[in-house]
Amino acid sequence: MSRLLLSRRRFLSVAGAAASTVPLAGCNALDALLADGHPARGLLASANALTYRMQRLLIPADRLAPEFPESEIRQGQRPNGSTDPNDPAYLALRDTAFSGYRLSVTGLIERPQQLTLDELRNMPSRTQITRHDCVEGWSCIAKWTGVPLASVLDEARVKSDARYVVFHCFDSMSLGLAGSVAYYESIDMIDARHPQTILAYGLNGAALPVANGAPLRVRIERQLGYKMAKYIRAIEVVSSLAPFGRGRGGYWEDLGYDWYAGI
Amino acid sequence: MATIETEATSVTPKGRLTIRRHGLVTRLTHWGWAAALFFLLLSGLQIFNAHPALYIGQQSGFAFDNSVLSIQPIRHQNGEVRGMTTVLGRSFDTTGVLGVSGSQEQRAFRAFPAWLTVPSYHDLATGRVVHFFFAWVFAAAYCLWLVASLLNGHLRREIIPGWADVRALPRTIVEHLRFRFDHDGRYNSLQKLSYAAVLLVFFPVMILTGLTMSPGMDAAWPWLLDLFGGRQTARTIHFVVMLLLVGFFIVHIFMVFAAGPINEMRSMITGRYRVDRRHEEGKAP
Repeated sequence: MSRLLLSRRRFLSVAGAAASTVPLAGCNALDALLADGHPARGLLASANALTYRMQRLLIPADRLAPEFPESEIRQGQRPNGSTDPNDPAYLALRDTAFSGYRLSVTGLIERPQQLTLDELRNMPSRTQITRHDCVEGWSCIAKWTGVPLASVLDEARVKSDARYVVFHCFDSMSLGLAGSVAYYESIDMIDARHPQTILAYGLNGAALPVANGAPLRVRIERQLGYKMAKYIRAIEVVSSLAPFGRGRGGYWEDLGYDWYAGI
Repeated sequence: MATIETEATSVTPKGRLTIRRHGLVTRLTHWGWAAALFFLLLSGLQIFNAHPALYIGQQSGFAFDNSVLSIQPIRHQNGEVRGMTTVLGRSFDTTGVLGVSGSQEQRAFRAFPAWLTVPSYHDLATGRVVHFFFAWVFAAAYCLWLVASLLNGHLRREIIPGWADVRALPRTIVEHLRFRFDHDGRYNSLQKLSYAAVLLVFFPVMILTGLTMSPGMDAAWPWLLDLFGGRQTARTIHFVVMLLLVGFFIVHIFMVFAAGPINEMRSMITGRYRVDRRHEEGKAP
């Protein structure tokens, strides 16, 4: 019995000591190490390059993202990010139902293009019911209709040194005190040529609404939502992402998000 | 690796008997997991804060309700903002910790408070960078441990519970409730069951539900969605197993202190563990 009492007393004293270590988790001491530009942050962020390489190894280039039956469309597509751009060039186009819209295709191609919405609609189309995954964590299933980006690239005849496709957008995003910058994004040629990568002009059987990126937004079904640029003004085929923004390949990437968003 | 190896036992000058308890891979992966899980937990809560709600199914219900948990700051009629945590339709006021936290002067409207996230301020991008780095560390340690434990018999001998462990369970539970712990260097039935649950169920489920949230992996391995019932269910399971692992951690730390922290820590650092002489004298059951 004395052994029992002793061990219980000892237990309570050490348990109290153990419990006192728990608030140590409040570690704003780590914040400085994780700030953009710190070498420790750079080391941690290098894991994304490993994820990119591993997923490119594991996922066959043309493997489709899961598609869903009509019955899974249970709500409208939740709009996020820019939902109502007020840039003058965009407003002018919106007020004429995008009749004056021209998608500019430039860069490392042999035949630069200026495509109207009708021309895009007259190209081969693809309709897919897919799950949109936001980087925040939520998902939403919707039906998207558009022209495969591969068809547009084939029309433009991509040169052999092309490595990325950059999407330039109408919508301006805040950069805090540094003012604002137009949204842009980029993907590699594997995702650019993926069968489900479409320039969407239709959503759930109707014209793409302004809140979801009218007149044209890209769907990249094996990556997260922030890759899927809305309000696309121009497409540029390039060999390097360095000339754009801070050189990381996208508006959110320039603010610290990973360029490869397959995870 | 944790068996008593006769040739490795030694008697200290004070006459105490020590054995080699934990092998090198067990010790390396233990501390690798400890560090990785610390960062995975705090960065995971940062990621959760970006959309502090959990759902069942393929998608998140905005026009319908498939939510099982949400943590939100809610403005009441008197103008006061309270942190409300809703679990399976029942709401609890969790102001101070969940939903609304921080000092009275500087209220923070966030699901998990600053002291539970990395970084402390709201930063989803950095949370993801930290989470995915340590996810690789965690998964690499798991692969190393699994291969080594299969090859050297650690899994079969010390982790997977046998019929004898099931029969010994009632007696072991009673002994634990009386704070009497055997120190013979072997895992008792409660230890085996809890380590088997953590190592063979919780850890792989954590890795697989994590992969199910990846739109890339859903294309590569669509069976993940069938296995867990959709991306949002996988996200919910990921969260629930996190809670179970936190629960395991709390009990684990209490048991280390209760069973003798110096001896337990030494055995997980150097591998050497002091056993009770009485076992050597054949008095132990």
